[in-house]
Amino acid sequence: MAFKILERKPLNWAERTYLPQIITGLKITLWNLFQKKVTLEYPDVRPVIPEGYRGIPTLVKDPKGREKCVSCQLCEFVCPPKAIRIQPGEIPEDADYAHVEKAPKQFDIDMLRCIYCGFCQEVCPEEAIFLQNDFSLSGYSREEMVFPKAKLYEMGGTFPDQHNKWGKKQQAAEEAKAHG
Amino acid sequence: MTGRDDNLISVFIDEEEFLVPPGTNMVEAARLAGKEIPHYCYHPKLSVTGNCRMCLMELGMPLKDHSTGEPIIDRRGLQKIGWMPRPAIACATRAFPGIHIKTDSELVRECRNGVMEFLLVNHPLDCPICDQAGECSLQEYAADYGRGYSRFVENKNVKPKRTRLGPRVMLDDERCILCSRCIRFCKEIAKDDVLGFVDRGSYSTLTCFPGKDLQNNYSLNTVDICPVGALTSIDFRFKMRVWFLKETPSICAESSVGVNTHIESREGKIYRITPRRNDEVNDTWIPDSGRILYKSIDTDERLIHYTIDGSHTLVDGAAKEAATLLREGAVAVVGSGRASVEEQYLLGKIASAVKAISVSLVSRTGDGDGLLVSADRNPNVRGALLTGLITSLPHANLGGLASAIESGEVRTILSFGEDLTQCGVEKQLLEKVNVIYFGSHCNETGEVAKVVFPTLTVFEKAGTFINQQFRLQKFLPAVPGPQGVLPDIVSLGKLCSILDGEAIPPTGPEGVWAEMNTEIPQFSAIDFENIPINGILIDGSQWEHLPFIEGMSLHYDPDNNRQIMAEVTKSK
Amino acid sequence: MNYLPVLIALIKAVLMVAVVVVIAAYAVLAERKIAGWIQGRYGPNRTAFPVIGYIPILGKMLTRLGVFQPVADGLKFIFKEDPIPGHVNLVYYFLAPCVAFIPAMTTMAVLPFGEMDGQPLVLANLDIGMLFLLAVSSLGVYGIILAGWSANSKYPFLGGIRGSAQMISYELAMGLSILPAFLWANAPGSETGMSLFNVVQSQDQLWMVIWQPLSALIFLVALFAETNRLPFDMPEAETELVAGYNTEYGSMKFGLFFVAEYTHIVIGSGVLTVLFLGGWNFFPGLPSPWPGGWVGGVLSTLWFLLKVFTVVFFFMWIRWTLPRFRYDQVMRLGWTVLLPLALANLVLNAIFIALFDNWFV
Ligand code: SF4
Ligand code: SF4
Ligand code: SF4
Ligand code: SF4
Ligand code: FES
Repeated sequence: MAFKILERKPLNWAERTYLPQIITGLKITLWNLFQKKVTLEYPDVRPVIPEGYRGIPTLVKDPKGREKCVSCQLCEFVCPPKAIRIQPGEIPEDADYAHVEKAPKQFDIDMLRCIYCGFCQEVCPEEAIFLQNDFSLSGYSREEMVFPKAKLYEMGGTFPDQHNKWGKKQQAAEEAKAHG
Repeated sequence: MTGRDDNLISVFIDEEEFLVPPGTNMVEAARLAGKEIPHYCYHPKLSVTGNCRMCLMELGMPLKDHSTGEPIIDRRGLQKIGWMPRPAIACATRAFPGIHIKTDSELVRECRNGVMEFLLVNHPLDCPICDQAGECSLQEYAADYGRGYSRFVENKNVKPKRTRLGPRVMLDDERCILCSRCIRFCKEIAKDDVLGFVDRGSYSTLTCFPGKDLQNNYSLNTVDICPVGALTSIDFRFKMRVWFLKETPSICAESSVGVNTHIESREGKIYRITPRRNDEVNDTWIPDSGRILYKSIDTDERLIHYTIDGSHTLVDGAAKEAATLLREGAVAVVGSGRASVEEQYLLGKIASAVKAISVSLVSRTGDGDGLLVSADRNPNVRGALLTGLITSLPHANLGGLASAIESGEVRTILSFGEDLTQCGVEKQLLEKVNVIYFGSHCNETGEVAKVVFPTLTVFEKAGTFINQQFRLQKFLPAVPGPQGVLPDIVSLGKLCSILDGEAIPPTGPEGVWAEMNTEIPQFSAIDFENIPINGILIDGSQWEHLPFIEGMSLHYDPDNNRQIMAEVTKSK
Repeated sequence: MNYLPVLIALIKAVLMVAVVVVIAAYAVLAERKIAGWIQGRYGPNRTAFPVIGYIPILGKMLTRLGVFQPVADGLKFIFKEDPIPGHVNLVYYFLAPCVAFIPAMTTMAVLPFGEMDGQPLVLANLDIGMLFLLAVSSLGVYGIILAGWSANSKYPFLGGIRGSAQMISYELAMGLSILPAFLWANAPGSETGMSLFNVVQSQDQLWMVIWQPLSALIFLVALFAETNRLPFDMPEAETELVAGYNTEYGSMKFGLFFVAEYTHIVIGSGVLTVLFLGGWNFFPGLPSPWPGGWVGGVLSTLWFLLKVFTVVFFFMWIRWTLPRFRYDQVMRLGWTVLLPLALANLVLNAIFIALFDNWFV
């Protein structure tokens, strides 16, 4: 059995006055009074951000500056509070990354709705959206707190692209062309 | 259905016995038995080619002694089953008595794993940018039978990714799994044989025959039946992911065929229209021209205000004003073959309440293509007949009305959704009379109208149409109409109740149906809620003598339909 | 007519009120600091006062200590928007904070806080000081009841009811617990009566708490209950009743309740000191070393204040140590434990004193 039944002993006379317990309690609190404070004095002292921290979601670019998001809208689908809004768009045939075909025309995250669950990061098949270290946001209006694509990229920066899926694809296409 | 049962034969699917009609395709038989046999190239409405090999299964048959013809009995006292040593494809196997199949054995699963691995060898990692994602058989079966990683170390084949096969269809060759469904469709259904494969092996490529284009009016069906994202609709391409789309059953209002559709919308915006399978009407097809009808609903041309003499009012004000005009008498009513059965019924009630001197419908005609577009481009002329709004077939020209206005015989016109200036009544002429106009979009009739009621389109309201087969089919609202615009049934109902002083106007089709049940014998015992999704045949034999203009179409033969009607009449 | 004595009395009174209110304000700060420290936090340490706060080391230190916090709090109370809920009974709603505040301020009149040349330092040295104190301080509960009632809302209402019930229950025990002290102080033939000053004077050898530990304990517990301090803060009980009787109050009206509560604590600590902790007497057994004249007055006052602050600290220490009792436990403790105990204590003491006086004197 995973639990054990403990006998509850009747209180003795001294215990029934509660006074010994109160005194014990007072001792503990008094001792605490002189202990080191655990408060982190926030704006002056910044917390150490642990690995895997989930701050605000941002969009990232690959090292060549290509926007990684292809507007597959999976994050929009998975986002529990429906904070993400995407309007997909097509990459024109003469653009540099024409072989990627698709990129978001608009990508908004309503930071007032976001609950920092990280589902978007987890679901993203292109590793384009990451919850980074920023955790404190403020603004003067609701509209201001809906972050558009440009702002999300600005906050996101560049991430290494360990799979280089689209790069390989481009390479394969070039090789195929070379072979006729 | 009785009597049919004798014809059923027993088939054994995973050792369970099921009764199916003889000759049933085994993919379908398994479906009836609640089992899924994965398949790509098989399509219930196309011929079988058996080239994808995804539907492999184990096949066995009861053994008989060759010499005596006696069944061989095993130790359990049952007839012994001879299992074929190699798997067979289910799509090319038809049910025969005693057939045994295994849909889920070790061997079968291995086969599927192997087929999947081959299919995926050259398949691009495109799901995030692929329009098919979410409704892609390859994705689904890869989840079930894929190995999860690739053993393929070479470069994948590179093929063209943005080939326009026609004005509406885009091909991504890398994604094509060479199932040939699209080819068969064009050949067998659209009768426009333009597609074919060129090159060999993994370089096989789908292409249009030289000098040809995939541009028939059914081309987008290839997009629907393509099991992968190789064929995409240029119109819908990259617009919205399919998992966001809500499907609302509806009826295509393009012609009197009454194609069953799904309106796919997200948050009040329609993104595409897809066919809804109805084996009695349209199988699984829809003409391309029907898919774009929704585009007109979201324009600036929409009427969104109830107006009297151009100034805004509320529906009650408009109804009161209209009633006053109508009570003055000398009314002509122009109904519409595009209105729903319920609306036509209410319009008929109004017409009789004001003793209209004429009730007419405007006909719309075009060429029938013998498939899913008929010559009569009004979806619901038969509804007008059944509800008693009209007794003869409509004409394209309202010349009679024009002369009646000129002679002063008609002083008020109630037009439901028809632009009278388009059918022979000049605008100057209309200015002479009071026009009450119900319509969804601005037009010249609306401009001269004294009272205007904005109406909803078929995508925004609920109702029923009766198609060329006298099949009653219902549609449901997929998206909300413009703010403040009530369903047509409500505005008509209000007007109606003012005119005949009746109690409570109906608020939806259910209420109208409750009334029609008693008023129209053919409609007795039908209530709106319970109209089956595939529609229900109405006894239209009373009107069969009329010279309907429709010719043959996919499931409609004018001559044959008389017989069907006769049967319906008999069974009632 | 000679206005001078009146004027002097007035000035004294205002001075006293000012001092007590400031002490109360800093008691709030102390409470927050002590709560913080006990819980491993810093407590208020951000409010900086212009100019003083900018003095290099000192300003920083004062800021860290939160010395300016009460000023900010006070300003906040005054300048905050003062919403008046639509459903309240306006007359009583406005009356309640005053009714809570005035008795709290009045009781200090009879509290002696020092001695100068054998004369008490007190606003009014009444013979019946203790009675006056008991009578007036128990008026404070009307503030709570009125606040709870006038708010027309369930949590304040419950808070008000609890406040009154608790006050009645513990008033008895409290009254009974101080009687033995006066019995002892009133040696036959002495003129002590109910005067608080004389009680203190009678403790110049031995503090009452040593003679009367049980009385002192009962008084202490009852005092906690009377001042609505944890573990007896039934009327406020923020985890159960939102904020209890003052739920519907904001701004300065809430501030009055707040100040009244802390004034109660300060005065209550004063009374405890006077009755049981020897007032401004030095240590038990040691004669007070206060010289004559105003120096002695100041020194005795400081000594008295030190004791009071210790008791106030004890109040806070208890608050951040013990959890709140349940309402029924509070009632049971009051009626079935403290009251019989106080009665027994009184009777035994009376018998003991009678025997003592007969045999030894
Ligand atoms: S972190 Fe969660 S809530 Fe925030 S955008 Fe991503 S999925 Fe949505
Ligand atoms: S899941 Fe990733 S690729 Fe898809 S839309 Fe979101 S950020 Fe873009
Ligand atoms: S066809 Fe299917 S499997 Fe292939 S990329 Fe498109 S969604 Fe993915
Ligand atoms: S394009 Fe689609 S339907 Fe046509 S062969 Fe390829 S996979 Fe099959
Ligand atoms: S479905 Fe049977 S071979 Fe393709």
